[in-house]
Amino acid sequence: MSILIELAAAFFVLQCGMVWATELSIPSDSPINLTIENHTFNPSTFTVPSGKRFRIQLTSHDESVDEFESYDLKFEKIVVPNDTITVFAGPLHPGTYSFFDDYHPDQAKGTVTVAPSKGHDDAP
Amino acid sequence: MLPSLLIVFREVLEAGIILGIVLAATQGIRRRNWFIAGGILAGLVGAALLALFAEAITHALFGFGQEVLNGVILLIAVVMLGWHNLWMGIHGRELAARVQGVGDAVARGESSLTVMAVVAAVAVLREGSEIVLFLYSIAASTQSSTSSMFVGGLLGIAAGSFLSWGLYRGLVAIPLNRLFGITSWLIALLAAGMAGRAAAILAGADLLPAWGYEVWDTSSLIADGSMPGRVLQALLGYSDRPMGVQLVAWVLTFATLVIGGYLIQNRSSRTSAHSNSHRRET
Repeated sequence: MSILIELAAAFFVLQCGMVWATELSIPSDSPINLTIENHTFNPSTFTVPSGKRFRIQLTSHDESVDEFESYDLKFEKIVVPNDTITVFAGPLHPGTYSFFDDYHPDQAKGTVTVAPSKGHDDAP
Repeated sequence: MLPSLLIVFREVLEAGIILGIVLAATQGIRRRNWFIAGGILAGLVGAALLALFAEAITHALFGFGQEVLNGVILLIAVVMLGWHNLWMGIHGRELAARVQGVGDAVARGESSLTVMAVVAAVAVLREGSEIVLFLYSIAASTQSSTSSMFVGGLLGIAAGSFLSWGLYRGLVAIPLNRLFGITSWLIALLAAGMAGRAAAILAGADLLPAWGYEVWDTSSLIADGSMPGRVLQALLGYSDRPMGVQLVAWVLTFATLVIGGYLIQNRSSRTSAHSNSHRRET
């Protein structure tokens, strides 16, 4: 009996945790790692599931300061040479979204492909 | 040359829209130019410092120092703009009357000038640090196109400043008794936009709940990245896909300034006979 209660309690806590996590949409998965070198993103394109918040970690090997920016993904952050920054994005509808380095917007460009995911087809 | 001109032009224009409105809103207050120039200078020094310590700022607060700093300086500007609007609710009438030559009550207005100098500093600081970093990254690069890009950047500063000056001249062409009514609305919009922006930046870094990441999507009408989108963002905090918390911050700030201004105006018009006693003796 007490095991049942414990299980129920554990389940309840888990549920609360999940509700909290969805409410703040804290990304639990590991971040997407990007690098930028010679004003080129690597990878310059990647895929994420729709309806989920995610993290991007960008490491700069550029010789100059860059500004990692996206109007679609709503972030804007300075990254100095040989440093790593983290930004959050999503949840997003399926589609293609672009990001760039605002200081070299013609050269440094990339896209995120958002693929439909079960249960989150049309999320945010 | 053209790309760097455009990048810098956009940043200068965003700061310039704020400066143009700040200048118009303080029209006729004695020693206004000194205060605002001081604010701009402080903003430039601050921008250089921000650029210099960009790495340390990024690493502060678990890697989200940039976002927190941005949010905080925006909120400071919101408080200052709010302060100014409420102050104008009390003293705007005197100011307009003085310049019309109706009364000779001279509003010194230094408390309002101080807050507006802070707003000018914040505007220059935010956009200026990006320009400083951008121009620095050009200057430090070894590519052959360096000098033409640098010239482009300087031309961008000139073009953005020119347009902002035009905005100011356009605003002050309005008769003074109507100007302050208009600038009060513009400042309420500016402040609401900045509050929304601060909320969006903090929620973007998961430091605030978003309350919905995309309340609507008007990116097909006016995209955030387009020139109209950038101008509307600077003017009233427009976002093509706003967060819930951003809208809440916008509405709360706007309502506070409009309702607060209305209440004060009502009170001060009832006591306008004693309006001189309201004057701050500084």
